[in-house]
Formats: sequence, C-alpha cells, structure tokens
Amino acid sequence: MYRYKQADQRLVEDRVAQFRDQMTRFLDGRLGEDEFRPLRLQNGLYVQRHAPMLRVAIPYGTLAAYQLRKMADIARRFDRGYGHFTTRCNIQFNWVRLEEAPDILAELATVQMHAIQTSGNCIRNITTDPFAGVAADELFDPRPYCEIVRQWSTLAPEFLFLPRKFKIAFAGGAEDRAAVRFHDIGAIARVADDGRIGFEIFVGGGLGRTPMVGRPIRDFLPREELLNYFEAILRVYNRHGRRDNKYKARIKILVKDLTLEGFIREVEDEWAWTRGGPGCISEATFREMEAFFAPPAPGPAAADDPDYLAALAGNRAFARWVERNVSAHRLPGHAIVTLSLKKTGVPPGDATAEQMDGVADLAERFSAGEIRVSHEQNLVLPHVPRGQLPALWEGLRALGLASPNIGLLSDLVCCPGGDFCSLANARSIPVAAAIQQRFDDLDYLFDLGPLELNMSGCVNACGHHHIGHIGILGVDKNNEEWYQVTLGGREGSRAALGRVIGPSFAAGQIPDVIADLLEVYVGIRHEGEIFIDALERVGLDAFKARVYGTERAEGGEA
Amino acid sequence: MSTLIRHGKVVDEHWAWITADLPEQPAGREAPARVLLPLAVWLARRDDLDPQHAGVWLGPDDEPGALLPWLADVPLVAIHFPLFTDGRGYSLAHLLRRRHGYTGELRALGDVLVDQLALMAQCGFDSFSLRADQPPAAALAALAGGLRSPWPGPAMP
Repeated sequence: MYRYKQADQRLVEDRVAQFRDQMTRFLDGRLGEDEFRPLRLQNGLYVQRHAPMLRVAIPYGTLAAYQLRKMADIARRFDRGYGHFTTRCNIQFNWVRLEEAPDILAELATVQMHAIQTSGNCIRNITTDPFAGVAADELFDPRPYCEIVRQWSTLAPEFLFLPRKFKIAFAGGAEDRAAVRFHDIGAIARVADDGRIGFEIFVGGGLGRTPMVGRPIRDFLPREELLNYFEAILRVYNRHGRRDNKYKARIKILVKDLTLEGFIREVEDEWAWTRGGPGCISEATFREMEAFFAPPAPGPAAADDPDYLAALAGNRAFARWVERNVSAHRLPGHAIVTLSLKKTGVPPGDATAEQMDGVADLAERFSAGEIRVSHEQNLVLPHVPRGQLPALWEGLRALGLASPNIGLLSDLVCCPGGDFCSLANARSIPVAAAIQQRFDDLDYLFDLGPLELNMSGCVNACGHHHIGHIGILGVDKNNEEWYQVTLGGREGSRAALGRVIGPSFAAGQIPDVIADLLEVYVGIRHEGEIFIDALERVGLDAFKARVYGTERAEGGEA
Repeated sequence: MSTLIRHGKVVDEHWAWITADLPEQPAGREAPARVLLPLAVWLARRDDLDPQHAGVWLGPDDEPGALLPWLADVPLVAIHFPLFTDGRGYSLAHLLRRRHGYTGELRALGDVLVDQLALMAQCGFDSFSLRADQPPAAALAALAGGLRSPWPGPAMP
C-alpha cells in the first residue's frame, strides 16, 4: 500500500487548518454562503436532508486495517455508529455536525486520509478494480498509476474549478471490474506488441442525467505520457466545456458537441505541446510507486488444504459462500474474498462501527491487513490463504457479513435515496429491502445465477441504474414516488445502457415486476445462459409483454 | 475600491481598466496614463497606442495565442474572472506562462477572492486585483501560505 511521504502528510494537515479557518469565517459571517460552498464541497461536506454529510476519500478503494478502525471510531464519535460505502469506493457519514467537520478531517489526517475533492467541480477520487494487484486475469497492477494520478490531481491548481465534476477510473485486468467506460476518463491496461506498458483510453462516459458509454480516443497511450495526455484532456475540457448549464457541463457533452473526431483533434493538438517533455513520468518514479504496491509476503498456502477441502465437501453453507464470494487469486493457494454488505434488511453499502472494527481484525488475521472497497458497495479481503477460508467465514458470519450473494440478485446496488439525500426524487432503501425480502430464497437466487440490479433515487444515478441488468430509477410525479424500470444495462467490455421498458410503477409493485422479469428469463434461458445474455438474445419484447400484459400497469405513468 | 497586490505587496493602481472600446475623453479631463484594454480592442488599436502605456486583458473565452507576436513587449496582461467558480482563467495563465513564455506581469482581475489566490499564483499570476470586499491582510497571508499538490510537477520557468 502507498505510505504518505512528508509532502502528503503536510498537505493533509495544512488542509485541516485551512478548512478550519474557512469554517470559522463562514460561521461568523465573514465568508458568504456562495463563496463557502465550493470550499466545503472540495472538502467532502454536503448539506443534506437531515444533517450535513461528509464524504471521505478512499483512494482507489484501498484501506489498511488501522484506517478502517478510524472509520469505525469516527462513526461512533461523530455519527450514529455506522457509515455508508458508496459506488465510487468512498465512505459517507450521514449524520455529522457542520462545525465538527474540521475535527473529523483532523482525525482522518492521523491515518493518512482526507476528504479532499470528494465533491465539487474538480477531479474526484480515482477508482479501480477492487481486485487490483491480485486478480488472476491481470495484465499489470493499475494501483501505481492510480496513485500517480491521485497525487497529480490533488490540488492541481489549474483544474479545481472545472465546468463540472470529473471522474477517472483504471482497470488492469482482462475483465473490466471498474466500469471504466462510465467515467469521464477510463484507462484500461494494455501491453504493446513490443512489450511497452500503457493504456487504452476512453473519454466521456458517465451515468447521471445523460448516460453515455465512454468513447475510445486512444488505442495505446504509453505510460510515461499519462499525465501529459490527461492534462491535455483536462485543459481542453476546462477551456471549452459548457458552463452555462450544469446539466450540459460534463465532458461527455463537449465530446458530443465537438464530435469524437473533433475532440480527439483538440486533445492531440494540445498534447503535441507537452509530448515527450518534462511532464513525462520517469522510470525511477514508476519503480518507486511500484515498490509501494509490492505484494505482501504470501500466507501459509496450500491449494489442497485438508480443512478447507473437508469444509467444502461437508458444509453446504460454506460451499455456497465459496462459490459466490471467493474469487481466483494470482497466487496459487490464495483467494480473494468479497464481504457482502447486502444482507437482507440492511441498506446496501452500510456498515456499523462494530462491523468495521471486526473486518479490520479479520483483515489483520487473514489478509495482510488490507481491505478494498468495490463499486458494487462491498468490501474485499485481497490476500487470503485458502486454508484459512473456513476460519474467515466463521468470523464473517459472526459479523453478519457472510451473505453468499455476490453477483446475485440480492447483491443489489443502491444509493441512499430520499431517506437521506436532498437531491433524491424517491426513496430507494425501502424498495431495495422489499426486493431482498421477496427474493430471499438462496436456492432460487443460485438457480437464477449472476444478475445485477441497480437502483437510484433520482436521475443523478448514484446507484448506477443504467448499467444494471435490471435498473430501477425513482421519479417524482405530482409529489408521488414512482419507479421506472430499465433492462439490458451492462458494464465491462460489452458495456451498454439499459432501456426503459415502459410506464413507471408504484413502490409496492416493484417486487412483482421483478418476479415477472425473472420468470420470463427462466422460461427462455438456454443451459448456463445468464440473465443479461438471454435478454440480449431475445430482446425486450417478451419481458415487456409479461410485465405490462397485466392489470397492474394501469396505475402507472410514463 | 479594490486592492492591488503585486509580488506579495499591496501597491497603488496605475492602470485604468477599460471594459469596452476606448472612451472618448470628455474635454478638460486628462486621459488616464495607462490603460488596460480588452484583447480585441488592443489588437485593433495597437498601432495608435503607446506600447508602454497599453496593457491587455483577456476574457475567459479569449485565445492567448493571439498575443504571441507581442508578448515580449506588452507591459501588462490581465485575465478576467467573471465568477470565481469559472476556472478557465487558470488555464489561460498556464498557457501564457508555460507555453508562450510570457515573463511580464500577469494579473487576475474580477471575482478574485482570498481563498483562490494561492492557486492563481501557482498557475503563474503575480498580481491580483482583489474583489472590493476582500481583506488585504488575509490576501497577503493566503499568498504566503498556500497549499500545494504533492505531485512534483515541472518547475515554473
């Protein structure tokens, strides 16, 4: 893991002092509301429905056990004993007090953390594959590049007042587990024929009000040019992105307005000025960064550990958990374990202080003290020896974090919605709970197989509903909550946006609608064909006919 | 009356900021000694002006490359921030300093607030015409103690 250098530590400490001064000036009236707003947002502080919310950055989703314990400590002392892990791999505290925010930032600085640029019209937290550095299908570890871009983008003075927010994601594996095509810049690891390391670059992806799949703008960017090239993209965007309408201010709209070819021309012209120049990243820097992410010493590993094999053969619940929650590790005899934050009845992504402390303990016992946060709002232990899986599973069960549902319907992604967020048009958590309660039968869920369900409480799409195989969007109609259903969204290399199937539904109808969709799937699927593949094969009509062929739709609205 | 800070000190303002074309001077009143003109006006009137007494200011939409042939001689370039949240001026400053090698005075003009001064300085501004309500002492302190990105980028020339 990356360890702060002096410059990083000084920055987070100075930032606390700076924000404390800004907060004092705001509270005593010397700093106006409009002047304070971007300052507090760039320190992660939102004004929410019930209380201010503080969003803490978890750079590329990587946490050390001592950092997670600090999250638990903050949850207890400054919040109501829990935190919410988000789809951008950050953690949010929903019940903080405005005037205590500088104290929380000071606590974060003691464990090399901060809330810098977790909101506002600037470059946000960099995200990546939660399996980075350990995935069996990885070309190379993207984390050193994430860290370089994190440092470069932190307080990059030219790019703190962009037209709108700006999100960057990296993927290192054959499979894209970071939804890079839904970011303002997405970078996917590539190794050229001559062995050079670099990235394929996508631009202009994003969800929100105008969802778009990112467009490829460069097949291969050599790694030393990463910052020169990103700077070119950012400068073109900063100068020419729209500022007259916040709903048209993301880079995706600029790409559309200039056309992809026109945008590429602008970026290449800009890059031509810096290409090969002093902004190139040196080999020494790469080596220094890579050293931070060297793998931990392997644990006691044996692929055929007898205790593990006995548990697998004799314990169905354990075997199911292994089937769903354990993934292939780069090293033989090791495993990557996903901890489900999707237990029925608990808001997706929420974890209590006790759970965070418990996970920190388990990470130290079984995973070299390291935890990852996934954009599906789960936690990951990346370095577990297979022989220790039974003991880890017992520990997770005691914490309520062993639901064997990763990738299944009940592992749904969901924003905080109208219960907390002042932007939301509708609540999302109660609908998520109703779905989880209705589909609580593990045999049925396992039979259905991999299925991604995403729900957002408004068009800002924090629940990424456009990329759910089944997406649910809360909408407001005459002050009533309605829910629009989309089908066919997908992340990864076959990325696609879901399409709306028809008029929206009342909250109470949603579990029945899902049941109908699932029955259609079960009726049409081929042997081993997962939901999204079957849907792509037959199209939406059969699903629409089933859902709207009943009386139910009459109350709905478009 | 806004305060002018130049090279870390509060100094007197000698330039008249002209926001449209050069005004006709009313009879009996002296023309200002030094004028700061919009880019389009400066380019159009350049031949009539005393080069040492005519500075140029850019709006966020302007193309700084248009000044390239005269950058060595122009006595003052200013960049206007219509709103402090409009970040285009930072890129213009970067281009003038880093790309086009401008070494003269580079001034931030308009909605120039204490909390952004250090960022502006890092992009190459060395003088600041503060918004009228901004306290000069706080501005000097902000310029002396700005936070920096941890990334060691190429040094400012």
